[in-house]
Amino acid sequence: MTTQSPSTNGKPKFAMYWAASCGGCEIAVLNIGEKILDVDANFEVAFWPVAMDAKYKDVEAMPDGSILLTLFNGGIRNSENEEIAKLLRRKSQILVAFGSCASEGCIPGLANLSSSNQILDTVYSTVSTDNPQGIRPQHKYAMPEGEIQIPKFYPVLRTLDQVVPVDYYMPGCPPESHQIAAVIDLVIKVLHGEAQLPPKGAVIGAGGSTVCDDCPRKRNVKLIKKFVRIQDLEHIDPELCLLEQGIPCNGPATRSGCGALCPQASAQCIGCYGPADGVVDYGARLVAAFASVIDSNDPEEIEHILDGIPDPTGQFYRFNLAGSLLRAARPAWEG
Amino acid sequence: MTNNAMNQEPKERIGVHVCHCGSNIAGMVDVEEVARWAGEQLKDRGVVIARDYKFMCSSLGQELIEKDIQEEGLTRVVVAACSPHLHENTFRTACSRAGLNPYLCELVSIREQVSWVHTDRAAATEKSKAVVSGGVERVLYSEPLEPLHVPIHPATLVVGGGIAGIQAALEIADAGFPVILVEREPSIGGHMSQFDKTFPTLDCAACILTPKMVSVGGHPNIQMFTWSEVEKVDGYVGNFTVTIRKKARFVNEELCTGCAICQEKCPKKVIDEVYEAGLGYRKAIYTPFPQAVPKYPVIDKPNCTYFQKGTCKACQKFCPTGAIDFEQQDEWITVQVGNIVLATGYDLFDPRKVTQYGYGRLANVFTSLEFERLTNAAGPTNGNIVLRDGVTVPKTVGIIHCVGSRDRNFNNYCSVICCMQSLKFAHLVHERTGATVYNFYIDMRTAYKEYDEFYQRVLEEGTLFVRGKVAEVTDAARLPGEEGKLIVQVEDTLAGKQRRIPVDMVVLSAAMVPRKDAKEVAHKFGISCNANGWFIEKHPKLDPVATMTEGIFIAGCVQGPKDIPSSVAQGAAAAARVLGRIQQGEIALEPVRASVDQDKCSGCRICNNLCPFNAIIFHEDRMVTEINAALCQGCGTCVAACPAGAISGTVFSNEQIFAQIEGLMRVNFFTEPQSAVA
Ligand SMILES: Cc1cc2nc3c(=O)[nH]c(=O)nc-3n(C[C@H](O)[C@H](O)[C@H](O)COP(=O)(O)OP(=O)(O)OC[C@H]3O[C@@H](n4cnc5c(N)ncnc54)[C@H](O)[C@@H]3O)c2cc1C
Ligand code: SF4
Ligand code: SF4
Ligand code: SF4
Ligand code: SF4
Ligand code: SF4
Repeated sequence: MTTQSPSTNGKPKFAMYWAASCGGCEIAVLNIGEKILDVDANFEVAFWPVAMDAKYKDVEAMPDGSILLTLFNGGIRNSENEEIAKLLRRKSQILVAFGSCASEGCIPGLANLSSSNQILDTVYSTVSTDNPQGIRPQHKYAMPEGEIQIPKFYPVLRTLDQVVPVDYYMPGCPPESHQIAAVIDLVIKVLHGEAQLPPKGAVIGAGGSTVCDDCPRKRNVKLIKKFVRIQDLEHIDPELCLLEQGIPCNGPATRSGCGALCPQASAQCIGCYGPADGVVDYGARLVAAFASVIDSNDPEEIEHILDGIPDPTGQFYRFNLAGSLLRAARPAWEG
Repeated sequence: MTNNAMNQEPKERIGVHVCHCGSNIAGMVDVEEVARWAGEQLKDRGVVIARDYKFMCSSLGQELIEKDIQEEGLTRVVVAACSPHLHENTFRTACSRAGLNPYLCELVSIREQVSWVHTDRAAATEKSKAVVSGGVERVLYSEPLEPLHVPIHPATLVVGGGIAGIQAALEIADAGFPVILVEREPSIGGHMSQFDKTFPTLDCAACILTPKMVSVGGHPNIQMFTWSEVEKVDGYVGNFTVTIRKKARFVNEELCTGCAICQEKCPKKVIDEVYEAGLGYRKAIYTPFPQAVPKYPVIDKPNCTYFQKGTCKACQKFCPTGAIDFEQQDEWITVQVGNIVLATGYDLFDPRKVTQYGYGRLANVFTSLEFERLTNAAGPTNGNIVLRDGVTVPKTVGIIHCVGSRDRNFNNYCSVICCMQSLKFAHLVHERTGATVYNFYIDMRTAYKEYDEFYQRVLEEGTLFVRGKVAEVTDAARLPGEEGKLIVQVEDTLAGKQRRIPVDMVVLSAAMVPRKDAKEVAHKFGISCNANGWFIEKHPKLDPVATMTEGIFIAGCVQGPKDIPSSVAQGAAAAARVLGRIQQGEIALEPVRASVDQDKCSGCRICNNLCPFNAIIFHEDRMVTEINAALCQGCGTCVAACPAGAISGTVFSNEQIFAQIEGLMRVNFFTEPQSAVA
């Protein structure tokens, strides 16, 4: 890779941005410990609103392609998110969809089940909100001094690659610190000509298999008679696969990379590392997989077993709704 | 992370061939327009020639495709015609004649899925374009495949020694090939051995059955395992490894001469629920009937005094050859076979379920099989038709058809034989007792050779026929003359009135139902049952004895209710299919297969129990799953289930399916809702 990086101190530029996200990804980056010093040693931080003051117009003023690496976290929920995504795409040589929100929508993407009005109702008009005048945010507002604007709220949250072309994806909610460190190491090696970047479109900072592959729990042929919530179980067998104990573990469809943290702590994998390689629709895959191993032919019993999963969207699409084939439910599409 | 099929540059040279199917397709679809459109609009996708023809499947149509392949250098072919079920093979073969790998040909249906189901010509034409476009996108991802050749082991396993299994075994053995026959009961013979007479000719069942049983018993090419069951089946067509459990008989077959002294001396009488249908007794050591094949008895362990109480051994004391062996153990025998015929037959519907007919509650209500035993000269009453008390000859008998058949509460299907079997009973009652006989029927079903003639004969004998579904059989007398009788309450639909008919005896012509364990047996052999439990044939008309699993055939009532002639015909047909296979020496298997990417498989074991053909193997040591290519039939079940996306199916890969969907969308004017980015 050739990198011309017009930079005051000769170091290539680095940027990180947050769109619709919780901030966990930023914390995860800061959490990499002394590795952060390597970032500082090898990069000039050009734009990172969480860590330092910066203005959008400064970024606009940079020549196109002048930022070497941008880690973009968060989904595209409003016009500001979209504008900055497009801006950073233009300015960056390598744009990484960083974390689950940017890659596949994550928790903010679950709002794609509801229309914008339903969302605003929940935020501004429920009993827990003290809003006697029923004030709602307006995109434009006429003030005596003139019209002011806030970013426009879109009806549907989109993943980064649904808005701009993305070079790499880094899954995780948030990505594990050791994986971030490994990716930074790799980029630095590439800078020094010691390594090659993976092909465009690749998933980085994760494994090629699934969480089950890293999970030490013992498995048998799967035959499921019930689904239970983990908190409703008195005793969890510490050795046996959770799914076989009726705990709906998403490990079988989830990309490896975290080291199977949750099942090792006796909690089911909820799927934060996103779909495994070759899985096009994460939730549909899991639905098919779970349904295939239900051990009954009696429609009523099957119905009863399925009642053990009271929130199927939350179970199967917690992280992947915006990135799924359907992307959003009808009320959201209808605005 | 979406499928970008459409952005790919076409590298292939595709031919599109659109069929009129006479007016079948052309009547509703503008086929010329579809071909013209494909030639112009799909050029960027690699279509270099597109044409229509009256009958693509005719030899001229096939030649057209072959010529295009050769002259235009086609690397892919899409035929838009009928269903792949019908002509996929035709067009694939045509491609292969022209030197193109047959799996690079895609048949899309614009007949079953378009012209036959639509009424708007313009819309049907647009849909045909979409379907063609889908086929074109899909075929881009097709891969050349080679069939798998496997050798055929010359031995055959026949499971079930009823008349169907006997016929199959004899046909194959007579042709000079080894047969292994496994029967669960102590003797072969099946249901037919329980009957006295068989409709419509009234031949004596034993007279025509026992010679066949004896032939089986003595046949040099038949190895018989009775009192045995198949425990496990591994392998695939041509190469099955079958484990048979030979249950302990406690009788040494080398020594036993079949003298039956043991049966005479055994003090323990047991109600015979199988052969005598609960009407008669046998001993704890028994052969079900005197002509049993093989002749060796078995000891029924749970009922044997010695096994239960520790003393007795009468049989051993009296056995002149010292054949009784209380120490005998179950044996497991492994055999190799190339093909398998399943002929496990049927069970009789339990008429207790139709509570209003009183079976089990009213003594003189009999099942059809009980009645067969009553009429049998070798049966518990020596062939005398008498009431449950064993002596009283009935003066009136009511025979109720369709008990548990053609009844939404139980089985929707018709059991085929019950009408004829009821007529047979009416005749036998007449002949042996002179009693008045009523037959209560819904519809009289006497199709097939000489069946209706038999009905005419029974009519002429004076049997009374009441058309109507019996509401109830009761012993509660209400009217004079009903005292001490069974009253049959029925709506006589021909006379248009309710009737109460007092009779002495009621016979319930119960349905034929699948064997209790049909589903497990089907699973063991990797075949499927329909919703009722009858084994499913490969094609209901054109392939009635093959199954979807290569090398497994079915014959007789295991496939559905039928009479003896049809069971025999199926036994012979299955044998002919097997013999054809053996003669070929090897078989080419369709390369439509699933396979596991071992790097992606996490060993989650979700798929492990799903394969209807038992093709999935789990390697415990490496924690990965593998698919046995010869066993896999490409059904796709596991492909859909694998949450890791580690399994892919040839011919139905993810890429192919998504590409096909994108192709379909190309014409469907699909647009993403604008509001998404508003
Ligand atoms: C009351 C009655 C009267 C009838 N009268 C006539 C008639 O007069 N004329 C006529 O044409 N038809 C008649 N039929 C129909 C006739 O019984 C059947 O068509 C015929 O018996 C079917 O033969 P089969 O070999 O398919 O099945 P079956 O006779 O049921 O034989 C199946 C055999 O397989 C064995 N088996 C089952 N499961 C296993 C297993 N898992 N492993 C090993 N062995 C197993 C059984 O023990 C049995 O020996 C009558 C039917 C009934 C119910
Ligand atoms: S507990 Fe979860 S991650 Fe572990 S093997 Fe079972 S399904 Fe897979
Ligand atoms: S086990 Fe699953 S939910 Fe837990 S960290 Fe790993 S991928 Fe995320
Ligand atoms: S030992 Fe058992 S089988 Fe033999 S005679 Fe006694 S009861 Fe009958
Ligand atoms: S596709 Fe899978 S489930 Fe179907 S036959 Fe093949 S291995 Fe079995
Ligand atoms: S379902 Fe997929 S990942 Fe799981 S064991 Fe089967 S092939 Fe492997």
